[in-house]
Amino acid sequence: MENLSFLIEGIKALVTNGGWRYLVMWLIGALLIYLAIKKDMEPTLLLPLGFGTILVNIPFSGAIGEEGPLTTLFNAGIANELFPLILFIGIGAMIDFGPVLSNPKLMIFGAAAQFGIFFTFCLASLFFDLPDAASIGIIGAADGPTAIVVANHLGSKYLPAIMVAAYSYMALVPIIQPPVIRLLTTKKERMIRMPYAGKQISKTTRILFPIVITVIAGLVAPSSVALVGFLMFGNLIRECGVLDSLSETAQKVLANLVTIFLGITIASQMEAAKFLQWETLLILGLGLFAFVFDTAGGVLFAKFLNIFLKKKMNPMIGAAGISAFPMSGRVVHKMGLKEDPQNFLLMHSIGVNVSGQIASVIAGGLILAIAGSFGGFIG
Amino acid sequence: MSIIENFNFDRFLYSLQYMWQGMLSIFLVIGVIILGVVAMNKLTSRGGKKKENKE
Repeated sequence: MENLSFLIEGIKALVTNGGWRYLVMWLIGALLIYLAIKKDMEPTLLLPLGFGTILVNIPFSGAIGEEGPLTTLFNAGIANELFPLILFIGIGAMIDFGPVLSNPKLMIFGAAAQFGIFFTFCLASLFFDLPDAASIGIIGAADGPTAIVVANHLGSKYLPAIMVAAYSYMALVPIIQPPVIRLLTTKKERMIRMPYAGKQISKTTRILFPIVITVIAGLVAPSSVALVGFLMFGNLIRECGVLDSLSETAQKVLANLVTIFLGITIASQMEAAKFLQWETLLILGLGLFAFVFDTAGGVLFAKFLNIFLKKKMNPMIGAAGISAFPMSGRVVHKMGLKEDPQNFLLMHSIGVNVSGQIASVIAGGLILAIAGSFGGFIG
Repeated sequence: MSIIENFNFDRFLYSLQYMWQGMLSIFLVIGVIILGVVAMNKLTSRGGKKKENKE
């Protein structure tokens, strides 16, 4: 009978000191699965993440450790940033940059709405070392793959919490943004109409765009070249017109395949001992701040521009400058319709939203670039 | 090290420089991209008009 004692080793670990931590992590895993299935919150990522959380928090789990498959996947795809970068090819193939190309001025809101990243970075630096603070700030990019690349590149030990925050808040954009927008705008401002005069974009422009963006971003912020380059490579496949089957594969098969591995592999880092810390709660709070200040940055910048413009813009479109696509664009459009059923802001807000995708990736590259000077702080 | 032990106001003051540097950089990069797109639109639309005229 003694030889069979291994059968109860796992149960013993659950009831001994610290065993409650496993149970808490199971609950967190179950919550993520619940949010994914019942609330349809980023199910492609939260479901694998939730299941993975349970998987790695079974006492003596064979899924992690030196020879565990999840650890192997982590080293093969996350530690070297390969999975998020490959995912970017799929995302790039999904994006239609048409609205931005027909009204490039909208891109300025993509820049303004990155304010949350840098503001949260400063706030987080009160409690965390600069590389960790920068990794937390990048939650405000509202862009999971960028958050993973930056946090991983800066060697943050809080990667799982950062990823959970980034993806959860992306799904919560329809809940987070409207109160902030309402707080910062008057009813009159929200009712401003913006007629859309869509221009015909030539195929040459569509093909040149991803190449030009890669070159410009690469020259100014070389650290961003992998992020921007993979995104734009995907877009070039889409727009070139001769690689339709590759474009379709990148959008569907490639993106789905990487997403399956991404969620469950990140979960390999969600061991109770690493995740159940006060820092995790603080990171979740700071991540929320980042989204709120991104939204505020975009709206306030639009209001600022309105001071100088004869033909006023609806300041709500500034809020769509975050990377959460297309949720943020739709939120602004719906809010416009709520104030005035004839106010169609969709094309403008989607244009700003697409700009936010480019800007967030560039912001990620800039964070990596400025991280080089973090050593100058003697605290 | 706990959160409280790691609290450092000097580090916050030091990080403020990155806020303005980061925001300025992103506005500059996006500004250059906007100029690039405007130039591309102009060049390609001219090419398109020439083609139309020829036809």
